[in-house]
Amino acid sequence: MRLKTLIATAALAAVMGTAPAMAELVFPALSYRTGPYAPNGIPFADGYADYLTLINERDGGVEGEKVRMVECETGYNTEKGVECYESTKGEGALVYQPLSTGITYQLIPKATADKIPVHSMGYGRTSAANGAIFPYIFNYPATYWDGASIIINYLLNENGGDLKGKKIALVYHNSAYGKEPIRTLEELAKKHGYTLSLYPVDHPGQEQKATWLQIRRDRPDYTLMWGWGVMNQVAIQEAVNIRYPMDHFIGVWWSGSENDVIPAGEAADGYKAVTFHGVGDNYPVFADIKKYVVDAGKAAGDGNNVGTALYNRGLYAAMLAVEAARTAMKIHNTKQINGEMMRDGMEGLNIDQARMTELGLPGFGPEIHVTCANHGGPGLGAIAQWDAKGKQWKLVTDFMEADREVVDALIKEDSEAYAKENNIEPRSCN
Amino acid sequence: MSPEFLYFIETVINGLMSGVMYSLVALGFVLIFKASGIFNFAQGVMALFAALTLVGLQTGQVPFAHLINAIFGTEIHHFGWELPAAVAIAGTLVVMVAFAWIFEKLVLKHLVNQEPIILFMATIGLAYFLEGFGDLMWGSDVKTLNVGIPSGGSFWWEDVTKTWAAEGSDYFGMYIDVLDVYAAVIAVILVIALTAFSQYTRTGRALRAVADDHQAAQSVGISLRSIWVIVWSIAGFVALVAGIMWGSKSGVQFSLSLIALKALPVLILGGFTSIPGAIIGGLIIGVGEKLAELYIGPLVGGAIENWFAYVVALVFLLFRPQGLFGEKIIERV
Repeated sequence: MRLKTLIATAALAAVMGTAPAMAELVFPALSYRTGPYAPNGIPFADGYADYLTLINERDGGVEGEKVRMVECETGYNTEKGVECYESTKGEGALVYQPLSTGITYQLIPKATADKIPVHSMGYGRTSAANGAIFPYIFNYPATYWDGASIIINYLLNENGGDLKGKKIALVYHNSAYGKEPIRTLEELAKKHGYTLSLYPVDHPGQEQKATWLQIRRDRPDYTLMWGWGVMNQVAIQEAVNIRYPMDHFIGVWWSGSENDVIPAGEAADGYKAVTFHGVGDNYPVFADIKKYVVDAGKAAGDGNNVGTALYNRGLYAAMLAVEAARTAMKIHNTKQINGEMMRDGMEGLNIDQARMTELGLPGFGPEIHVTCANHGGPGLGAIAQWDAKGKQWKLVTDFMEADREVVDALIKEDSEAYAKENNIEPRSCN
Repeated sequence: MSPEFLYFIETVINGLMSGVMYSLVALGFVLIFKASGIFNFAQGVMALFAALTLVGLQTGQVPFAHLINAIFGTEIHHFGWELPAAVAIAGTLVVMVAFAWIFEKLVLKHLVNQEPIILFMATIGLAYFLEGFGDLMWGSDVKTLNVGIPSGGSFWWEDVTKTWAAEGSDYFGMYIDVLDVYAAVIAVILVIALTAFSQYTRTGRALRAVADDHQAAQSVGISLRSIWVIVWSIAGFVALVAGIMWGSKSGVQFSLSLIALKALPVLILGGFTSIPGAIIGGLIIGVGEKLAELYIGPLVGGAIENWFAYVVALVFLLFRPQGLFGEKIIERV
């Protein structure tokens, strides 16, 4: 895989070599194409790279400025991720996608000091959504706490608005990432009267029999999952084994890729996951990806991942980065932007459905409006359901709101505690 | 019987079944350590590589397709045929034997009479090489493994055990995964076959002679290099069995190599040189960790089974450093 990465990087470098070097837009990608989590890292990295290649090949760059993606292999390892950041930040990096909650936590103080934005899209520290305290950290369009609340709202809809007396289980990766939704789910349990049971699973999650014996014994009405990598596949297989109703099993977006459900075969049919973007490849932009990137032999991978959940997420992240750079150019009236300007562009990001249609992604995601104070974006998500026969995800709801009253209060509380611990004076966003 | 007691029995049975799965991995370690004194760090990766090769052959995947396509600008991925599971398993065995032969030729041959730590280091190198090589050869996507072994909870067992509960109790029968039952049967057959091989065949006796004393075995004409190829081939076969059973549960993916972590406490407990030890050790670890997770876990926040297995192993280590069935090493000074 390293060889593939090298070849892809070399190919991209060869393409970039023909462009003027002085005003290029540098987007580092801290990807992981090796190690146990590579099956998930590769499609995201491919989606991110392919969209940037599309922008260069089809449009000649962003407002005429070519994009240069600097890919650095982290192996999903926090130390390596920090090394990647340190070794690439000097190249004029405009925005980082750390692709790991652990790496994001390490980069929060570093990137803030270096004035380079970090976009931890749907992962990382949820309370970084408070832009007054985290000026360079963004997690739009949705956070883990939004995800947890959206799932509960969905279950409320499914149960006529009443979850009183229901038993909800959370199977989670026993790490900072997996524990993220617990506080939100506990607060929502108080509000809606359901009982929350917690089932931690240690890394890597290859063996979960004890967990699923408990679930079989406790018989929760719904089971939620905050898993990653092999933990997802094993959990779904174990749920199938104990004949847990799959349509009552709902994962977060990192537990909702094709990789997670395919090994369980047709028995995984009906499994659900919350998502903050569209599914499949039925959007006009994919025709352009095929024409300008895949068929032209410029794809980062072999093209097999196009349209999969994680590829789409990488593509979406790249699109948001490109649009933020474009916004930054307009705000500062220059095409040569730096990290600070990029931050302004991200805070000024305003993508409505008309713009999504122009980008070839009509309805792919909700409208996005980011501000100085709100780095978490709209916080909307939809529920996708796995169709095992068709081997595809299908959206079964529209994009729904999180419980802002609960989630925003938690963000405020947590971010203010962080500011106090670190002697940070919140900036004014008025 | 009360449902609580039946849950306890269910946990013990499922712990035993999980233990068998750990033993399948531990057996590979024992075979190589017994015959050559090498702690094979690459055993987990060998299971991964065997499973990758099996799926690749079964689904007609072109090996090194990414590399070939990148160099020659082609777009080939599949041969267009699918092999029956039995043929693919046989093909994988050939690959694992070839791997053992090449490894002996390129690495082990040059390390004869070196310190065990040097050989251990060589297996660390092998683990990383084989992981990268497997990735390059078969790709890193998650693959579905289906060799026809059924999986899922047994309805029959549920119905039988449902009647064991006291009348009026809301008990819905005991759970047992059919795949685990198959694994247990396969493990029993494997242990019988390995024991018969080592006791009743000429090669098996040679293996035992090498295990007892390399130099004495060589002095009576036993070829150490041939024995190593045989042992690594058998370990490759055991790795394939472990890869099939674990890969059927989670799909074949690179974290499969981490199953080696599950074998370590089994080896500490059962001893590095005993095949029955690997089985008994696996059973004790399996039951111990499952009971701990269900009955102690909720009191301390859960997710304790991984480290609890090592606690059990450490306790045994304090009383029997050579493991339950390991040979006590007495050296004259």
